[in-house]
Amino acid sequence: MENRGITFGYGFLSQESSFDVQFSLIEYDGSHSYFRAYLVGLLNTILVSVIGIVFATIIGVVVGIARLSNNYLIERTAAIYVEFFRNIPLLLQIFFWYFAALRALPLPEKAEPIFGVFFLTIKGFFVPAFVWNNLNIFIYSIIAAIISIVFVRLYSKKKQENQGIQTPVLSISIGLLIILPLLSFLLGGVSASIEIPVIEQLSQTSFTYIGGLKLPPELISLALALSLYTATFIAECVRAGVQGVNKGQKEAAASIGLTPNQVLKLVVMPQALRIIIPPTTNQYLNLTKNSSLAAAIAYPDLVLVFAGTALMQTGRAIEIVSITMLTYLTLSITISIFMNWYNKKIAIKEK
Amino acid sequence: MSKLNFLSPDKNNLYTYLYSGISLFSLSILIVFLNSFFSLDLTRFLPGTISYFLPLIIGFIGLHLIRIEYSGIRFLDIINKNINTNKFNAFLSLLIIFAVIKSMPPLLSWFIIDANFAGDSKDACSGSGACWAYIKTWFNRFMYGMYPNAEQWRINLSFIALAFLGGVGFFASEKFKKYLTLYYVVVYPVIAFLFIFFFISGGPIFFDFSYGIIAAVISIVIGFFIPSKFKMYYFLIIPITIYILLKYVFFYEELIELGKIQAFEWVETGAWGGLSLTFIVSFFCLIFCFPVGLFLSLGRRSDLPIIKYISIGFIEFWRGVPLITVLFMSSVMFPMFLPEDMFIDKLVRVIIAISLFEAAYVAEVIRGGLQALPRGQYDAAKSLGMGYWKMHILVILPQALKLVIPGIANTFLALVKDTPLIFVVGLLEIVGMLNLAKTNPEWLGFAMEGYVFASIVFFIICYAMSKYSYNLEQKYKTER
Repeated sequence: MENRGITFGYGFLSQESSFDVQFSLIEYDGSHSYFRAYLVGLLNTILVSVIGIVFATIIGVVVGIARLSNNYLIERTAAIYVEFFRNIPLLLQIFFWYFAALRALPLPEKAEPIFGVFFLTIKGFFVPAFVWNNLNIFIYSIIAAIISIVFVRLYSKKKQENQGIQTPVLSISIGLLIILPLLSFLLGGVSASIEIPVIEQLSQTSFTYIGGLKLPPELISLALALSLYTATFIAECVRAGVQGVNKGQKEAAASIGLTPNQVLKLVVMPQALRIIIPPTTNQYLNLTKNSSLAAAIAYPDLVLVFAGTALMQTGRAIEIVSITMLTYLTLSITISIFMNWYNKKIAIKEK
Repeated sequence: MSKLNFLSPDKNNLYTYLYSGISLFSLSILIVFLNSFFSLDLTRFLPGTISYFLPLIIGFIGLHLIRIEYSGIRFLDIINKNINTNKFNAFLSLLIIFAVIKSMPPLLSWFIIDANFAGDSKDACSGSGACWAYIKTWFNRFMYGMYPNAEQWRINLSFIALAFLGGVGFFASEKFKKYLTLYYVVVYPVIAFLFIFFFISGGPIFFDFSYGIIAAVISIVIGFFIPSKFKMYYFLIIPITIYILLKYVFFYEELIELGKIQAFEWVETGAWGGLSLTFIVSFFCLIFCFPVGLFLSLGRRSDLPIIKYISIGFIEFWRGVPLITVLFMSSVMFPMFLPEDMFIDKLVRVIIAISLFEAAYVAEVIRGGLQALPRGQYDAAKSLGMGYWKMHILVILPQALKLVIPGIANTFLALVKDTPLIFVVGLLEIVGMLNLAKTNPEWLGFAMEGYVFASIVFFIICYAMSKYSYNLEQKYKTER
């Protein structure tokens, strides 16, 4: 290293970065430091991972259950989806959505509004945004609702263990989640207005939408590809989990007079979750790591912003690549610690 | 004749329900079919929304009417059991059937009817459908990358020969079957390597690498004649010694000259590409990642703390970082740690990086198999007086590997699907070539065709691999 004239040190992180990033969650421009650029990339990575994990879980669970359906058509459709999407490289899927599918969308001036307020254009997805007054009170009310739901759950669990009486936790939770924020609107002085994107002409041929929220096409195609790809694996995990529950368990539960819903909730799901959670954790980890493919379509994630642009500008390969790898390691370990904790919580408690 | 109750069809009046139900169901399908294939709207006289949902309502009533349990008609029973068990299922079935009928015409017209097959320039593609002429023109590049056209027979010949040599196992007679493992683990990779080295490359690229392989093979062969007491040290010291001897003492410059066969033009690895590069990278990574992963998994279960923690650290590190950063590391960071006069080819670096990365995953899969074996197997093997290696080779690994065939196959599939990532270091396999072709000014605007083509290619490869692994699993399944 010495004879190549390379020095080692992390001092460059506080220097001015002087490059711009297309899409960032926090305020950022060229006058900010490299560390700030790192944060921008990290937040973008986390954003796309969270979106991907949420949608992959939803699609995966639905498709996994559809694979178990006794309806031949549904089962086949789900199977074809799984076989098709998991046998095509993720990178190819990202390219497909970004370069082929989303490029077929109309220009901003020709876009047809969906429900009058959403605009799906080649420049991105424009959705209305909320403009809040007293947003903090609203957030407090949601936190209060979540805390009270936790207490309701604990109470109902205790009640079931002691007296065998079930409380309708789900409907109480949904009620709490609706009522408390609603109260904050009525009493706390919270108000929200919706800002609808409006088309504006920038120049002779260039149009864009002002106001509202803009989701760039890179984010959409990346989230779409990640969730569709990972969902196939989660679907297989769910299917294996539900099939892994012994048939006798269901019959035994039915024979002591539980309703089909209760059988699913109290007997099948707790056992199936034990099989489902560990492989699904792996899929979440994979999704987070796969989000680094964003660099291929110029979505400004950690790899593109930091290991790409920042590396090219500073030339500090060792520092930057090591920081990037450490960050991903930390992300992976965080997710796996959390899922291990959850896994332990639902595992069989052997007496 | 009992009273007709259309809300709950039953077996009395079976045929009344059957005929009315089937005719309503067929009518709904006919409406959708005519609408999508011939743009004929039978229900034009109705207001928009109703005419839109009418087929769904008619079909739903039709399916409701034929939902008769134990009708005695076999065909009807099969339909009822498979797509028509209750209202919700009937509704979903209808949606799927309509969606399939609706999506047929646009797909067919894009793929076949309006597509252009002939021609060799962009002007040939005027229709609204796919431009397969684009694929046809670029086919050579998608398969071989920038490899010179005149030399492509070398790639073809190598692949055919390797496929043939790989298929030897199927034709081996009973007498030679026991040598097959040795053949596939030791001999075949060397042959494959020599083919790629002499035929496809024709140059000095892989030389450093080939010393390593020659050293490994020679040491394994000699290893059979060494008393087992010294084997451990032997396998650590001898290969390194042979490697150093080969590289610095015996043939330094001469072999490099020998390696170039004058008849072949040297094609540098930067020009390799397309699907053949996908195969080459996947093939070598498959060969290398398996033994490395095997040793890592054994190391992780070792009793020696140093080996154990080194293995754990190694595995967890590679599993925690994305492949793209590993490739970044191999391309920008790794060369800085090398001596100045040493140069390792890009392709070799990529193969090493991917192999190590996948080896960590293979190690975890094999560990799962090792953990699944009951303790009794270890105890029984030890009670027979077997040592560590003998126990693992003869008793533990055959059972453990059999258990984890699906997992290993999944890892290998992931490996094949990860190969497009080598675009990071500038190697263009099929997806990379697509992106290159897409930006060619004479062929702008055909991204969709290219990606569909590559998707089909990858789907065929991966689906065949997964089916093969399923067969393998069935073949080695033993009752436990």
